Amino acid sequence: MAALGSRVAGAPVWLLGLVPLALIVAAVALFAALGGPGLGERRGPPVEELAVERTVLEPGVIELTVRNDGPDAVTVAQAVVNDAFVEFTGAEEPIGRLRTATVRLQQPWIEGEAYEVALLTSTGATIAHEIPAAVETPATGPSFFALLALLGIYVGVIPVALGMLWLPWIRRIPPGWLRAVMAVTIGLLAFLAVDATLEGFEIAGEGSQAFGGGALVLLGAAAAYLALTGVSSWLTARRRAAAAGGASGATLALLVAVGIGLHNLGEGVAIGTAYSTGALALGAFLVVGFALHNTTEGLAIVAPIARSRPSPGQLAVLGLVAGGPAVVGAWIGAAAFNSSLAALLFGFGAGAIVQVIVQLAPTLRDVDGRLLHPAAVSGILVGMATMFATGLLVSV
Amino acid sequence: VAELTRRALIAAGGAGGIAAVLATSGGSAQGQHVHDEAVHAGHGGSGHADFRGGRTVDHAANGFDPHAIARDFDWGRTSRTASGRVLREWELVAIDRELEVAPGVRFAAWTYNGRIPGPTLRCREGERLRITFANASAHPHTIHFHGIHPSDMDGVPGQGAGQIEPGGKTVYEFDALPAGLHLYHCHVRPLAEHIAKGLYGAFIVDPRDGREDAEELVMVMNGFDTNFDRANELYAANSIPFAYMDQPLEVPHGELIRLYIVNVLEYDLINSFHLHGNLFDWYPTGTSRAASELTDTVMLCQGQRGIAQWRFPTPGRFMFHAHQSEFTELGWQGFFEAT
Repeated sequence: MAALGSRVAGAPVWLLGLVPLALIVAAVALFAALGGPGLGERRGPPVEELAVERTVLEPGVIELTVRNDGPDAVTVAQAVVNDAFVEFTGAEEPIGRLRTATVRLQQPWIEGEAYEVALLTSTGATIAHEIPAAVETPATGPSFFALLALLGIYVGVIPVALGMLWLPWIRRIPPGWLRAVMAVTIGLLAFLAVDATLEGFEIAGEGSQAFGGGALVLLGAAAAYLALTGVSSWLTARRRAAAAGGASGATLALLVAVGIGLHNLGEGVAIGTAYSTGALALGAFLVVGFALHNTTEGLAIVAPIARSRPSPGQLAVLGLVAGGPAVVGAWIGAAAFNSSLAALLFGFGAGAIVQVIVQLAPTLRDVDGRLLHPAAVSGILVGMATMFATGLLVSV
Repeated sequence: VAELTRRALIAAGGAGGIAAVLATSGGSAQGQHVHDEAVHAGHGGSGHADFRGGRTVDHAANGFDPHAIARDFDWGRTSRTASGRVLREWELVAIDRELEVAPGVRFAAWTYNGRIPGPTLRCREGERLRITFANASAHPHTIHFHGIHPSDMDGVPGQGAGQIEPGGKTVYEFDALPAGLHLYHCHVRPLAEHIAKGLYGAFIVDPRDGREDAEELVMVMNGFDTNFDRANELYAANSIPFAYMDQPLEVPHGELIRLYIVNVLEYDLINSFHLHGNLFDWYPTGTSRAASELTDTVMLCQGQRGIAQWRFPTPGRFMFHAHQSEFTELGWQGFFEAT
């Protein structure tokens, strides 16, 4: 051992790091070249899994984009719509693992009716996909994106900006009241974090599981949390503004805006997807509901800067950071919906909000250093109750 | 923007009937619009339900063609017994075989003599019949005939030779009774599976004095459950969906046509046969010389069968299909070409 140790000690460090890697590659290559020696023949039939990632309805045509979720290639042999074989094009070749294919089925579909599509594979298996209510998919073009931008502004930007108008009021309230307002903010954010997580899991469960499904929500949350923590500590160190063991008001306000912005990105995706699939009914009621619901987000942004003097430009930037992503999200959702991506984005939103809550928490401390004093607890509960109540307006 | 669920949004916007503040970009109006720009291909662009690109299965690779099966009556080998009766003999072998049941779709079938339906066994009333059955399948099987025969020739487990194990052999022997259209099928549990996988065929006993000369055809109405959910994905007469759409069955106009129809469809309660542009005389089970009805549609449960007779007065193409539209558009439709 001593001889080996001295000999190894003489080798360059990079070589010592490379040797195990090279051996792993060689072992895997040999194993694959020999066809997995000792494992024997594969048992059982091929596993055929296709997830429908996108449904587009044009006059006389139902178009499905499918992704192979399973371990084996899938060959689509025939297609059935509502118990009748139909003509279709696409997916001529076997679809490999994680690959996608688009099939265009000729079906004289009728608006508002339900359709069940079944793809019959070469082994006789069927992959079923339900269209609960057929509606023509909007053609994507400048007017379409403009409409979605308007929708995003209605539900994202304007309500947040309105909420920020609470700033003059919270400037004039005593410190004890401000702590209570901060607690309300934390309650609002806690509700959003839970909501984004649940929505993310729901969307993740609907589409392809090949990229991790629900795990993407958790990965997204962890990534956003860690990234925002890094950004926060960097900003704090740069500004050297130590406000009672937390970040400065301006930094906090920006972090809150970023967190809410990431959350609104995910919601924008959901809105855009719902609109493009015809599931979203655009009504005055809906927009009013969102306005009431989201003005509270504006309050959350301005609460940390109650004692500082931000310029109108800075306030506008904060509002855009928080509300603008709803527009981008709506575009993404309508133009290129992918449940895996949406799940990841919802995870981002949730992780960002949790990070913001952690950042905001120290501002709740009262003169005795207590964190969860009666005013703080009451504020958090009021915040959650407010979100719950206004949320009912958009989920009647 | 929280608490948004797409299902919830439908309710939010739709329930109140509140005017939309945003116009929909597509401008699609309310109500029912039939969207049909579809260019129908297949069956020569006929507008009927069809497989992709009007493709057909490889009949040669399957080893049988529905067009040949429709006119293939297996009279077996005959000899005379000591008493001078006709002894008619067949050999049937149960074979496991993968078939292309729809273009590009493989199905692990169980067959008699490698084809579905099995051979159409045909004889005359009163003859002595001897069917030698060999089981070359990996599963136990029998042949259970409909008709009149002793209990030990019934081809069910626990009676006579009972269940024939793989590699086993037996002989079913009985008199051809009564005249009519019958069928045979495997009777081993699980019964639905043994029938649905393809172990069945038509069994015709001609009356002693025969029937009027006619253009004769046989159709065994069946289906395939390719994904094992105990419901059929494919429907057909003589196994291959749309086969008689892709290539119509040619029959002479003005002449008597006699169609032997047997329903063996598993998993669905009933099946039916409907003829376009004409009506036919219907002889249930083919046991009576008097038609029960002049009709264009008959309904049959599994095992039910009958003989349809008619003449096409003029040349032309006439559809025939199940009058359950689902079965029709999942394969059970075809054309007669009266020439």
